[in-house]
Amino acid sequence: MDFFREISSKPWLESQVAIDDTHQGGAYTLPSVTIGLRIFLGVVTVLFSLTVVAYSDRMTLADWRPVPEPTLMWLNIVVLFASSVAMQWSVISARRGRTANVEIGMLVGGALALAFLAGQLLMVRQMNALGYFAPTNPALAFLYMLSAMHGVHLLGGLVAWGRTVMRIWGGHEAHQVRMSVELCAFYWHFLLVVWFLLFVWFSIT
Amino acid sequence: MVDVTPEKVEYVGPAEVPEVDLYHAKTWWTKYVFSQDAKVIAIQYSGTAVAIGLVGLVLSWLMRLQLGFPEFFSFISPDLYLQFVTMHGMIMVIYLLTALFLGGFGNYLIPLMVGARDMVFPFVNMVSYWVYLLAVLVLVSSFFVPGGPTGAGWTLYPPQAILSGTPGSGAGIVLMLVSLALFIIGFTMGGLNYVVTVLQARTRGMTLMRLPLTVWGIFTATVLALLAFPALFVSAIMMTLDSVLGTSFFMPAIVEFGEQLQYGGGSPVLFQHLFWFFGHPEVYIVALPAFGIVSDLLSVHARRNIFGYRMMVWAIVGIGALSFVVWAHHMYVSGMNPYFGFFFATTTLIIAVPTALKVYNWTLTLWRGDIHLTLPMLFAIAFIITFVNGGITGLFLGNVVVDVPLSDTMFVVAHFHMVMGVAPILVVFGAVYHWFPLMTGRMLNQAMGQFHFWVTFLGAYLIYFPMHYLGFVGVPRRYWEIGETNFIPESAESLNAFITVAALVVGFAQVVFIYNILTSIFKGKISERNPWKATSLEWQTTTVPPGHGNFDDELPVVYRWAYSYSVPGTVDDYTPQNVHPDDVVKIAAEQGGD
Amino acid sequence: MWAAIAVFLVALGSLVFHLITPWWSTPIASNWGSMDLTIDITFWITGVAYIVILLFMAACIYQYRNRADKTTTSPQSNHKASYDPENKKLELWLTVGTAVAVAGLLAPGLIVWNDYVTVPDDAVEVEVMGQQWQWGFRYPGADGKLGTTDARLINADNPFGLHLDDPNGQDDILVEGDDLHLELGQPVNMLLRSIDVLHDFYVPQFRAKMDMVPGLVTFYWMIPTRTGTFDILCAELCGSNHYAMRGLVVVEEKEAFNAWMAEQQTFAQLRAEVEKNAKHGSSLALNAVGAVPVDSVVAR
Repeated sequence: MDFFREISSKPWLESQVAIDDTHQGGAYTLPSVTIGLRIFLGVVTVLFSLTVVAYSDRMTLADWRPVPEPTLMWLNIVVLFASSVAMQWSVISARRGRTANVEIGMLVGGALALAFLAGQLLMVRQMNALGYFAPTNPALAFLYMLSAMHGVHLLGGLVAWGRTVMRIWGGHEAHQVRMSVELCAFYWHFLLVVWFLLFVWFSIT
Repeated sequence: MVDVTPEKVEYVGPAEVPEVDLYHAKTWWTKYVFSQDAKVIAIQYSGTAVAIGLVGLVLSWLMRLQLGFPEFFSFISPDLYLQFVTMHGMIMVIYLLTALFLGGFGNYLIPLMVGARDMVFPFVNMVSYWVYLLAVLVLVSSFFVPGGPTGAGWTLYPPQAILSGTPGSGAGIVLMLVSLALFIIGFTMGGLNYVVTVLQARTRGMTLMRLPLTVWGIFTATVLALLAFPALFVSAIMMTLDSVLGTSFFMPAIVEFGEQLQYGGGSPVLFQHLFWFFGHPEVYIVALPAFGIVSDLLSVHARRNIFGYRMMVWAIVGIGALSFVVWAHHMYVSGMNPYFGFFFATTTLIIAVPTALKVYNWTLTLWRGDIHLTLPMLFAIAFIITFVNGGITGLFLGNVVVDVPLSDTMFVVAHFHMVMGVAPILVVFGAVYHWFPLMTGRMLNQAMGQFHFWVTFLGAYLIYFPMHYLGFVGVPRRYWEIGETNFIPESAESLNAFITVAALVVGFAQVVFIYNILTSIFKGKISERNPWKATSLEWQTTTVPPGHGNFDDELPVVYRWAYSYSVPGTVDDYTPQNVHPDDVVKIAAEQGGD
Repeated sequence: MWAAIAVFLVALGSLVFHLITPWWSTPIASNWGSMDLTIDITFWITGVAYIVILLFMAACIYQYRNRADKTTTSPQSNHKASYDPENKKLELWLTVGTAVAVAGLLAPGLIVWNDYVTVPDDAVEVEVMGQQWQWGFRYPGADGKLGTTDARLINADNPFGLHLDDPNGQDDILVEGDDLHLELGQPVNMLLRSIDVLHDFYVPQFRAKMDMVPGLVTFYWMIPTRTGTFDILCAELCGSNHYAMRGLVVVEEKEAFNAWMAEQQTFAQLRAEVEKNAKHGSSLALNAVGAVPVDSVVAR
């Protein structure tokens, strides 16, 4: 890997100086915000992974009962998927310079994300009504906690989404908001994948 | 290596990184309070960290008074004592050291040392500080709620952290956990900045291997923190839920004072795994910046290249990676599967090898150097001594079976104070004496500095070196008083009293240090530009202290590594990183100046 | 100059302090002398390294200090530092040397740890139960087997939470408010549990130590090798009165141990008394039970 080759060079040698002097600054051609977002998503991945590790450890203890899967969970994941698709459509429109379509894609994506959050809340209420109560059931406590963590991340995404939509409404053209739209969509896809994996995890445990 | 004949590097115009929009403050408020300038944020971080650190220092005095003179201070109840212990530990580790090294030194030095105008996300950087301040305020507020702050020990082990037998088990622990969660959110914002700035905002010619070790240390520590803090975050959320909503993540079936509680089935050991998965990297989050900074102090003040630069970089990266597979050495007697002991003892002792190499290279930097015994150099030498001492006792505690008799005794207290309390703080002091002229344009007072150094170093050594031996005797930690035993001699009480007196004296020396800073800001001797004749970029700015945007219209271009000290054939005993090769004054053949 | 002397004195002072210190491990009373030996080995290896590093540093500072100037790094040097970025050979040798020394520390450590976690077959079981802030002890009784327990069953009449229908538990001997007695030379497997928070059963003379975790049974084994009365301390922070969670362990010859054991009541006998008192309608039945001061449980 480049990194390992780079850190085994000897910067004090004349020959290495000649190579190093051609360095143009920075490390990646990607924009800094993109790198920043990716590193942040790495941190979020660690957060969710550790929670799942804790879940799988807690699962081995005596009082564990599996999580119920209401139909609403299936519906919610479809809504979230549709939301991601809309965001992706927005990205494609932005790349093609179709500002009106960018706006439609963003608005549909955001609305579907809000619908997903509402659905998640409904799911929790439904489970409570069915008599599952979180504190007595560790699996359910994990389910609620992970849903909440995921939901909060989505809410954070909606803040960035809101700023982008405001900029479109404020008259920014497709190429001006392209970067923001791309970052939003990337974040959306990430959260979709996280929720999908969690959903699979809940199903098999 | 391919033998490339050094070509003459053409002048390459000013390097600008386009996506850094430099924010220009328009009002007094946005310039000094809600500033997006990393240097101002650094000072805000440092000021807040030192302020809360002083609270931690006072708590340690109260704690030591109780231990040294158990009969005299009747107002210190067992509950208060535990609250002092807990808040002292948490404040010093998280809110002082982590914030100071990363938020303080990181913010100030990274952009300057890599040759950038500012952090890449200045707004996020500003928010990072304000969230940190909020975390500190929440922490402080826990002193004023009914029941007081938590007294669960800085490790916050459940079940006791949230049960009524522990002081502050109501509002205190919840505020503590909320404060930690806020700290982590704030830190993550700052941390993204430090990492992306080091990766992306380096100026032309600044390859990774031309970075000063300070940047390497802070960069690696930040990566560790970004990966480790989520573990603390998750456990803080889970424990808050256990405490507030009555879930049973960490809580098994419990009979508290004869009463059956609603909890059941949880695992206290699971918390410990999560906590130490954060907690051990945390040690290196504090240590790695100190490693980096002390390397630079030694190199500058011994007028010599750091010995074995590549090995130093590899050791920093290697220690960082290994620090994620040693966490359970804090848990040898926790009741986890005893066979884990074999694995974690082995990994822990392996990590000693790169750490020892760093020590060798520091001492070898002194060897054949031109050692100027300035204050930063004195602190750096003192750091090596205390760090080696603390590292060696780490070999006791890391070696699973030696840990059995010593764990949870004063030996552990002495060990971690030496290795991650005294040693990094000595580096902080050295760094302050070193960079104060850069930050203010004035020197700190020498006489007060000498007093501060000798009292702090020798005093701290006198506090912690004998303390190990109390651990051998078997004096447990976190005891309000030793009380009657048939194995602890009377003389142990005298030693405790001695340690307390030493701690008060060392504490007083810190007051002198702060007085020195406050007076020198306004009255200190005006320093030259680059008073230590250092090569790294932070000293090559046009104005001292560096102005908004750090450098002039043109960002510096880097032509060499950060350790060109006493290079044979040059007249000066240092060559700054950004001096064009043609401008270097050679001894033999004068190749002309400008 | 002063710095070199100071570094030298720190090395010398530490060495002298170590040699004359009045504070050292208490005389051992168990088979874990191997732990003390491992500590000694660690002391030798690391002590030599510490002194060598400090002396080398003191020598460097003395030899290479700049005599002209102590407050700045002004260029009026009387000598110039040497410029040698690295020395692969030296660093390699240092790595190998350190690795060997570290292996020398680790090997004995792992061997003794293996002993520590391998309980011999002839060890008898004794249960220690921690709660805020006192110790309780349980012996397996005549059948040599401890009855199973559950924290959910704990109440004033059943302070250890034994299953009432477990035959192994009927002859268990319960000791509350009294000292722990152990037989000299008899390997014993200490089974450790807690019913509220973390505790740690720590007898300095035994060297061994292990946390007690609610919901788990942890263990360590040892052989008492010296008669006498030793302090039990709690070594894991367990709340306000952590410092006062004390107890005593009495190690005695076989005869004395057996005589003491004969005086203790079994679980079945305690149950019988509880039931008899209950018929008399005493709500404080337990205060009447022999030597068991369970008022601490009842009162709270």
